[in-house]
Amino acid sequence: MLAYIIRRVAQSILVLLVVGLVAFAMFRFVGDPIDNMLGQERTQADIERLREQLGLDQPFIVQYWRFLEQAIQGNFGLSYRQGRPVSDILIERLPATLELAVVSGLMALVGGIALGIFTAIRRRGVSANVIMTLSLVGVSLPTFLIGILLIYLFSVELGWLPSFGRGEVTDLGWWTTGFLTESGLKALILPAITLGLYQMTLIMRLVRTEMLEVLRMDYVRFARARGIRERAINFRHALKNTLVPVITITGLQLGSIIAFAIITETVFQWPGVGLLFINAIQFVDIPVMAAYLMLISVMFVGINLIVDMLYFAIDPRLRADRTQGGH
Amino acid sequence: MTDTPVLSVHDLVVEIPTRHGVLRPVDNVSYDIHAGEILGVVGESGAGKSMTGNAVIGLLDRPARIVSGEILLSGQPIQGLKRDVIRKLRGKKMGMIFQDPLTSLNPLLTVGDQLTETILEHLKVGQTEARKRAIAALEEVGIPAAAQRINSYPHEFSGGMRQRVVIALALCAEPDLVIADEPTTALDVSVQAQIVALLKRLCRERGVAVMLVTHDMGVIAEAADRVAVMYAGRLAELGPVREVLTQARHPYTAGLMASTPLASQGRKRLRQIPGSMPRLGALPTGCAFHPRCEFAQDKCRQEPGPTIDRCDGRAACWFPLTAKQEVSA
Repeated sequence: MLAYIIRRVAQSILVLLVVGLVAFAMFRFVGDPIDNMLGQERTQADIERLREQLGLDQPFIVQYWRFLEQAIQGNFGLSYRQGRPVSDILIERLPATLELAVVSGLMALVGGIALGIFTAIRRRGVSANVIMTLSLVGVSLPTFLIGILLIYLFSVELGWLPSFGRGEVTDLGWWTTGFLTESGLKALILPAITLGLYQMTLIMRLVRTEMLEVLRMDYVRFARARGIRERAINFRHALKNTLVPVITITGLQLGSIIAFAIITETVFQWPGVGLLFINAIQFVDIPVMAAYLMLISVMFVGINLIVDMLYFAIDPRLRADRTQGGH
Repeated sequence: MTDTPVLSVHDLVVEIPTRHGVLRPVDNVSYDIHAGEILGVVGESGAGKSMTGNAVIGLLDRPARIVSGEILLSGQPIQGLKRDVIRKLRGKKMGMIFQDPLTSLNPLLTVGDQLTETILEHLKVGQTEARKRAIAALEEVGIPAAAQRINSYPHEFSGGMRQRVVIALALCAEPDLVIADEPTTALDVSVQAQIVALLKRLCRERGVAVMLVTHDMGVIAEAADRVAVMYAGRLAELGPVREVLTQARHPYTAGLMASTPLASQGRKRLRQIPGSMPRLGALPTGCAFHPRCEFAQDKCRQEPGPTIDRCDGRAACWFPLTAKQEVSA
């Protein structure tokens, strides 16, 4: 078990190093930073001096190492556009994105699993078939379209919910939250649905398929033959076996909720890191882009690591502490 | 032994409606099993052996359904009972053992969880008592160090041990009837013998009625008291195992016996029954076995085969074999 964790952590670090390399390389692809920093009036001596000062005369690998060193300390340099430390900007924007991601992730997970179980157990029922058909809409409509349709219906036509922004937020010093005000909660509803709907239908269809598969297994038949209650069969025997593959996909999906909040944040002008990234691309704000890249990859890798740990919690066959017997 | 059989099946008919017409995987099957008795049910794949067992325990997969006939459990009819009542009978009154011990146990629950769950469902006992009984059940089927092994997961047992766990699970709520559906087919030959011996012992000690479904004549000869031979959904022959094996009256049974390899016969070429069992959708007219039967006569081709009780009480054949007749082919 321990060896497994160490191996997975080592793999994660390797992934982060590679992503770091890509982020670092971005700086070099967009030309010589010296050109950007010094104006037209410059001497060769100025260039040499700045080059030395910034460490750009060092070999590539040394520069990369220094970049990593700085990145680990959370120092990604100054934003070209705003002239403030990138890390400050990110920290400011992160709560908005995380709150949105957590709410829509929970919605997708709870709704997806519940509906998946329902449609699997009531496979032949009318309501299950209606849900399955509707879920096709969720899977096939692009996110931005769902967002625009929701805005049209609930903001423009019905006027119930705000169409953009985060509403009133409460500043807790290190965190800003929209959970505490009515307008903050209202503003959260549409973006959360937009971001979570696709994931929810995906999880639902996955749970349903897995559940139907598991319900056909011999051990479910055997449990029936022993007179175990349907409820216990569905939730104790079948659901747990369904969860292993579901966790894999769900983990990746939750990662992508954070990563691809970009579209939802753009549609709803949600002041999160996704919107920050889109703006950074427009202004070729490389330090912001690099930091965003690193942030997302850390989250992805972290979530994957947690998912792998969850397997152990659920499936005893994977636990390394096998004592006796076996094959 | 009481007079009322533990299981009594009368004229059971199971049908599967399909787009190409109605199939009858079980057609007018009748038999009794008494307490402490093992009834072997043999036949080729698709002869309706397992389907009969599933029908009895109420686990037919849709769209298969019982259309007529009677199933009596200790004299009580079980059709028409509410689903929940039948569910409570399963495990408590009748247990079932499946073919593949690798897949019949839930991989994510310990064997103890699965045992206590079943015991708590059917017996009025508390957690600790249920656990005690679970350990006792494991000991009874010959699992060493049961008190420790109860916390193991199925994957920590070997195939043979797993089948013992399955048997313990089927028997832990002390049912009167056990349907064993090919319990030895997925096991090594040496383990097969152990499992058969275990079933025989439990049957004798507990007075359980066992319906042993198999296609292995060796297992039948070893374990069963009586044997039912099935062919294309119908009973071909039913009788005490020794008589049926040595003095088959139905030509199909005779053919089946002749095609079972015996070490004592040396390296002779095995006899086979010509042709193969017809598909359920394409049964021949008359007796279903007549195209493969060397004794077939006009009556066999025209009239459906008789049920056993309409003949000599043993073979469902218009012209049962007598001692003199020998199967050649």
